[in-house]
Amino acid sequence: MTRNRIPFAVLALIIASAGWFIDNLYYIQILTFIGLNTLLALGLNMLMGYAGQISLGHSAFYGIGAYGTAILTVHWHLSPWLALPVTITAAMLVACIVGIPTLRLSGYYLGMGTLGFGMIVNILFREWASVTGGASGFVGIPPLELGTVSFSSTRNYFYLVWGFVIVSFIICHRIINSRVGRALRAIHDGEKAAAAVGVDTSKLKLQVFVLSAIFSALAGFLYAHMVLFISPESFNFIASIRIVTMVVIGGMASVWGSLLGASVLTLLPEWLHAFSEFEMVIYGLILMIIMIFLPRGLTRGLLDIYERAVKKHDR
Amino acid sequence: MLTITTCHPLKRIITLVVACLIITSPALAESGKAPYKIGGIFAVTGPSSMLGDPEKKSMELAVEQINKAGGVDGHMLEAIIYDTEGDPSKTVMGASKLINKDNVMAIVGPSLTPTTLAVMPMIQKAKMPFISCAAGNKIVQPVDPWVFKTAQSDIMAVATIYGNFKAKNIKKISIITVANAFGESGKEQLRAQAPSFGLTILKEETFGATDTDMTAQITKIRQDNPEAIVCWGTNPGPAVIAKNIQQLGLNIPLYQSHGVASPKFIELAGSAAEGVMLPTGKILVAGLLPDTDPQKKVLTAYMADYKNKFNTPVSGFGGYAYDAVNILAAAMKGSNGDKEKIRAGIENTKGHVGISGIFNFSPTDHNGLGQDAFVMVKIVNGKWELMK
Amino acid sequence: MQELLQYFFSGITNGAIYAVIAIGFSMLYNSTELINFAHGEFVMLGSMCMITFVGVMHLPLMPAIILAIACVTAAGLLFERLAIRTVKHPEHIVLIIITVGASIFLRGAGMIIWGKDAFSIPPFSSHPPLDIHGAKLLAQSIWIIAIFLLTSIGLQLFYKKTLTGKAMEANAISKRAAWIVGIPSRLMVTLAFGLSAAMGGVAGVIISPVTMCSYDMGTMIGLKGFCAAMLGGLGSLWGALIGGFLLGILEAFGVGFVSSGLKDATAFLLLLFILYVRPGGIISSVDVKRF
Repeated sequence: MTRNRIPFAVLALIIASAGWFIDNLYYIQILTFIGLNTLLALGLNMLMGYAGQISLGHSAFYGIGAYGTAILTVHWHLSPWLALPVTITAAMLVACIVGIPTLRLSGYYLGMGTLGFGMIVNILFREWASVTGGASGFVGIPPLELGTVSFSSTRNYFYLVWGFVIVSFIICHRIINSRVGRALRAIHDGEKAAAAVGVDTSKLKLQVFVLSAIFSALAGFLYAHMVLFISPESFNFIASIRIVTMVVIGGMASVWGSLLGASVLTLLPEWLHAFSEFEMVIYGLILMIIMIFLPRGLTRGLLDIYERAVKKHDR
Repeated sequence: MLTITTCHPLKRIITLVVACLIITSPALAESGKAPYKIGGIFAVTGPSSMLGDPEKKSMELAVEQINKAGGVDGHMLEAIIYDTEGDPSKTVMGASKLINKDNVMAIVGPSLTPTTLAVMPMIQKAKMPFISCAAGNKIVQPVDPWVFKTAQSDIMAVATIYGNFKAKNIKKISIITVANAFGESGKEQLRAQAPSFGLTILKEETFGATDTDMTAQITKIRQDNPEAIVCWGTNPGPAVIAKNIQQLGLNIPLYQSHGVASPKFIELAGSAAEGVMLPTGKILVAGLLPDTDPQKKVLTAYMADYKNKFNTPVSGFGGYAYDAVNILAAAMKGSNGDKEKIRAGIENTKGHVGISGIFNFSPTDHNGLGQDAFVMVKIVNGKWELMK
Repeated sequence: MQELLQYFFSGITNGAIYAVIAIGFSMLYNSTELINFAHGEFVMLGSMCMITFVGVMHLPLMPAIILAIACVTAAGLLFERLAIRTVKHPEHIVLIIITVGASIFLRGAGMIIWGKDAFSIPPFSSHPPLDIHGAKLLAQSIWIIAIFLLTSIGLQLFYKKTLTGKAMEANAISKRAAWIVGIPSRLMVTLAFGLSAAMGGVAGVIISPVTMCSYDMGTMIGLKGFCAAMLGGLGSLWGALIGGFLLGILEAFGVGFVSSGLKDATAFLLLLFILYVRPGGIISSVDVKRF
């Protein structure tokens, strides 16, 4: 048990020292974005990697988190800390309502069902202009404050986001190594077999769906209060696909894979800026090459390479 | 055992971040006084590249010209430009990089209203002189001390069109706007100003930016016979609408926004462009302006230089960045790099003859353009023609 | 009445385009159980090739069309050979991400080759629109529907009458059984890929005079086509056809009677409805498969 905690402690230590040693706020900001994306990838990884259910509409929950808190804090003048539980409850409710019929589907049909849901939510953000600000976006979201600590400072926000990330990591780790986690993996390997040995598959799938919605909504909440402005493009179909890509590139069924996938996909565009016109071509190529040569994601792929190298060395 | 190996990816990231820090830091500029760095963030690629691409080029052109003329107080200007792809998160990252890593003195761009609104909280915090190239009115109303913009506002564009309606005694119109920030901002203004010009809006339709066919919307508009149709969007959607109107044989005058003010529109819409009217900055009709027009000289020079450098015809949008850099450079004179002085310098700019108009900034007006920034043009025989 | 008819014309024109794209999706799914997220980009390639051949090189119409479709087919085959076949573990999700990568790559390549501007070419023929009870049916719409009909009849004949077509169908039903009777399964997959890309090319070619073509036109239209394929029933040719027309017509009527802002929502609401009520699509021919 204690050994399982070591990686989280190391992560916390790295975060703390990164926050301490990195002077340049730009890098802090990038790391904060990585944190947000990790939350998104982690949520979807629970659904895709462990329960084996794909979702191509996860940015809907991300958006619900962001728009929820924006509406509550700006229109209803609620404190953000009160808005957080309300928003998350809303996301859970939506996840339940959508999840019950949708999760009966599987494969591409599930993918398409979630995609349709994501598109509809995005169109709602854009068209319901009186509430959401429409396509021009939502301005004036207040920054977070806790007592005397203001999170409008980039560095404080970095700690806040990564605090949430580490807690989420621990929660996911706990779930994976529990009875529920084993049941989930059983569903992933074979839904009928899992049902045969007494796993309530539809209930469990719904629970994981709701859990991943919570993570996404939390990320949305944090995004809204960091950038202080949101617009529908941030939560469109492309955004959903990006979350899926993070999960797959990082490595399915691995919490560390989510971290790695989120980091790679956040940093990659930043590096590729140098290629200007060729950015998209190279980005697409890298995605394809990783998937062709490391189809199980970077985490597993790199570990395989490492292990092979060690074996060769031993020989 | 496993726990140790799983840490590796993480360490790798940290190393990569550090490596990235070293690799991407720009080469230091050559001798003399330290260069003044100014940042640019434009939607160079992505769906709004027709705005961002000429803006980036115009910024490069303006910086080159200023440096050729000896720079600002002997300091060369150095432009650092990032692509936002029109995405708010990427814009925030780009602005953060400019502010924190490149330590620029001022920022020009972004190209779009949502991306501008997304970086504004950051600009305010960093106290960074900032000139946006986006049209939306929300940017300068309410006035933020650090935020300026050079693009003409939708308010003026709508007022120009509506003025034309009044002169022609048109009372009933229908509007069709693109479903993004540009169209929405236009729709807001079209709605808001209609009563003061005695206009009734019969139908409000929208279309998707990449939709292939708008005949259904046009059919709906046709039902109640408006006296004019106003379309608000950026290429290519409005060209499809012009085509569809022609195909359905509608005999209703079509008014477009300044969003299509480029030769591309005529090329795309072909014969359907005939008779289309739109408000535009003077750049489209520079050749037709009387020699007494103070902007004529500036416009023709810019157009020739742009064509020389990039070998592509000028677009109406690059001027926003060109004006911004020139206003900025003028404001930087004597500031010694002090941001507050630069800001005050921009705010006190008076009578700057630019591409988009004559700028007169003040503490209450951070756009600085008057109604005369727009003229109405009509497309006749595939050429622009000044109206009135 | 006049309006209804006009909405209907608009609907069938778009519907035919969606149907061609949906057929491309379905065909590939039939043979490989793969959804190609880069399919919309093949449509874009088709359009842009037309722009080059007609707008720039001024080729006559027929050679231009054939060349454009050939180019897209070649691109599809190249993609299959270089990206899809080299995958070590062809799991669905891995293949999906590869096609997503390919779509980004193709969009980027399109931007480099043709630039960021939109282009347009004149209609295939310059006949004035037909006037039917006050509603206008464009010459280009007739072209679109005619080409669509030709393609689908051609495909139907190919599948039912030729040996290769039958072999492809057999391979789609059961790879192993087809292999046992001596059908080269790999070749069939390549063929399916080529045909599917060609369908994308056809769609690109026929819409190039209708709309404005630019490097980023593919994403949304590809998604709509996917939607249509799902509506009708993935893997079924007739399903794709019905799904395409249903989607096109409902969208047009959605604009007319609900709101143009919610036009895209109509398509996806319909999709959700069908998925919940009849998960296999209107014509469910294949089992609903999971990843």
